[in-house]
Amino acid sequence: MLRLQKLTKTYKTGDQALKSIDLDVPKGQVLALIGPSGAGKSTMIRCINRLVEPTSGAVMLDDVDLVKLSSGALRKARREMGMIFQEYALIERLTVMENVLSGRLGYVGFWRSFLRRYPQSDVDEAFRLLDRVGLLHMADKRADELSGGQRQRVGICRALIQNPKLMLVDEPTASLDPKTSRQIMRLITELCQERGLAAIINIHDVALAQMFVPRVVGLRFGEIVYDGLPTGLTPDKLTEIYGEEDWEATIEKVEDDETGIEAAE
Amino acid sequence: MPVLEREGAQIWRRRTSGESLIRWVGWLLGVAVFVYCWQIISESTTWFFVWDAPRIANDIWTRATPPKWEYITQLGRPIWDTLNIATLGTMISLCLAVPVAFLAARNTTPSALFVRPIALLIIVSTRSINSLIWALLLIAIIGPGVFAGVVAIAIRSIGFCAKLLYEAIEEIDHTQVEAITATGASRWQVMAYGIVPQILPAFAGIAVFRWDINIRESTVLGLVGAGGIGLQLSASLNVLAWPQVSLILVVILFAVVISEWVSAKVRGAII
Repeated sequence: MLRLQKLTKTYKTGDQALKSIDLDVPKGQVLALIGPSGAGKSTMIRCINRLVEPTSGAVMLDDVDLVKLSSGALRKARREMGMIFQEYALIERLTVMENVLSGRLGYVGFWRSFLRRYPQSDVDEAFRLLDRVGLLHMADKRADELSGGQRQRVGICRALIQNPKLMLVDEPTASLDPKTSRQIMRLITELCQERGLAAIINIHDVALAQMFVPRVVGLRFGEIVYDGLPTGLTPDKLTEIYGEEDWEATIEKVEDDETGIEAAE
Repeated sequence: MPVLEREGAQIWRRRTSGESLIRWVGWLLGVAVFVYCWQIISESTTWFFVWDAPRIANDIWTRATPPKWEYITQLGRPIWDTLNIATLGTMISLCLAVPVAFLAARNTTPSALFVRPIALLIIVSTRSINSLIWALLLIAIIGPGVFAGVVAIAIRSIGFCAKLLYEAIEEIDHTQVEAITATGASRWQVMAYGIVPQILPAFAGIAVFRWDINIRESTVLGLVGAGGIGLQLSASLNVLAWPQVSLILVVILFAVVISEWVSAKVRGAII
């Protein structure tokens, strides 16, 4: 469904963030993108919905090359891709409901959105989603009153109300505590399954990735160095992705599930 | 930081002897220039008037007190005009400052090369000319009266408001803008959802702050004929009606204190 072909991004400073990436994501597949800081994970996700303009290559979403789209067509294409952010990126001074409904901005005209006159079907869907993530009672709270985990749930609702085909998830758990991190990862993967969504999840935490996703892609210096099952991540492979380190502790984490996950970082 | 070796002990001084010599010479020169200037000023001063000043001041004080309280019946209208000049002027200037600020902020300007310098020029030029001078110019163009005062205040405030606002726009959290962009929102929707909520507190603070300043500025606009209580002030000064002058000063003081109190309350409520 999503196919990256020779996707390259070179920043103005000359840094090659992505070096000719080829990647195929079939419909409904959730994959984790792991790699050290600066490997190009965030850049890759942002190149897909063109928050960052790729230098060359193609991003094929259902046979449409997103890289070649005009700005109007790009806006239509962006509606198909829900995005979730590390720092939640909610509009802090708006209410939870307004934040969720802002996911419909691509479908609603300016004045309707400005006057908050969203179609009733959107409002119904917003309530359904808030109920699904357990935040129905918070709908009228301002976003900056929520805790980190709650904010991320609102972020998930905002992405899902777009009715996307694909989820782009950028470090969803990096600002959360270990327990909330798991809950959020579980929620994201469950919701993707329920709706048959494909997802690319950037994640630092290898153990967490192994726990929840069926496919892991390892990125290093802008190149894919691993693509396979989470169980295939041996200490050798992790060394190849991240560099020399004692990886036994990280891999053990996967087996005994409920012990502290902080050590995996 | 020089360290001297003397009798085996390390002595620390803040400056080397050369540096301290230069500093002493600098001070000497400074004092000499000061004394010289003092002498020149002294020569061109009529000292008789200076020695006379306390007596004159005392004379004016006795003439000005007590204020002519019954004159207050004639001040209601002018002080109302002054408040209106300040309020209307602030509103108009805010309407004009918002687009200028969006054109001047680095992250929202349509063109950093062409549009931004123009917006910055508007900010600098309106800020650098005092409202009294704007009023003089506008009286020549549109004639004396309250309207000239309103326009003078409005033009004078554009730069101030736009500058503070564009700095607020440049400091917004960019990921919120990214998030709204990623939903497929249009440019105007990104502005309404991603940017405006973030700068709203700054905007309200700037508006009240400028209104407070404008009340003080508009009290003197009448001196050049642009309406408001300054008109009464200059008329009273011209006929040496000191009890009226003192009453006008009391009224201005009262208005300014009230406006400061209101703006402090409003800003407290926002933040």
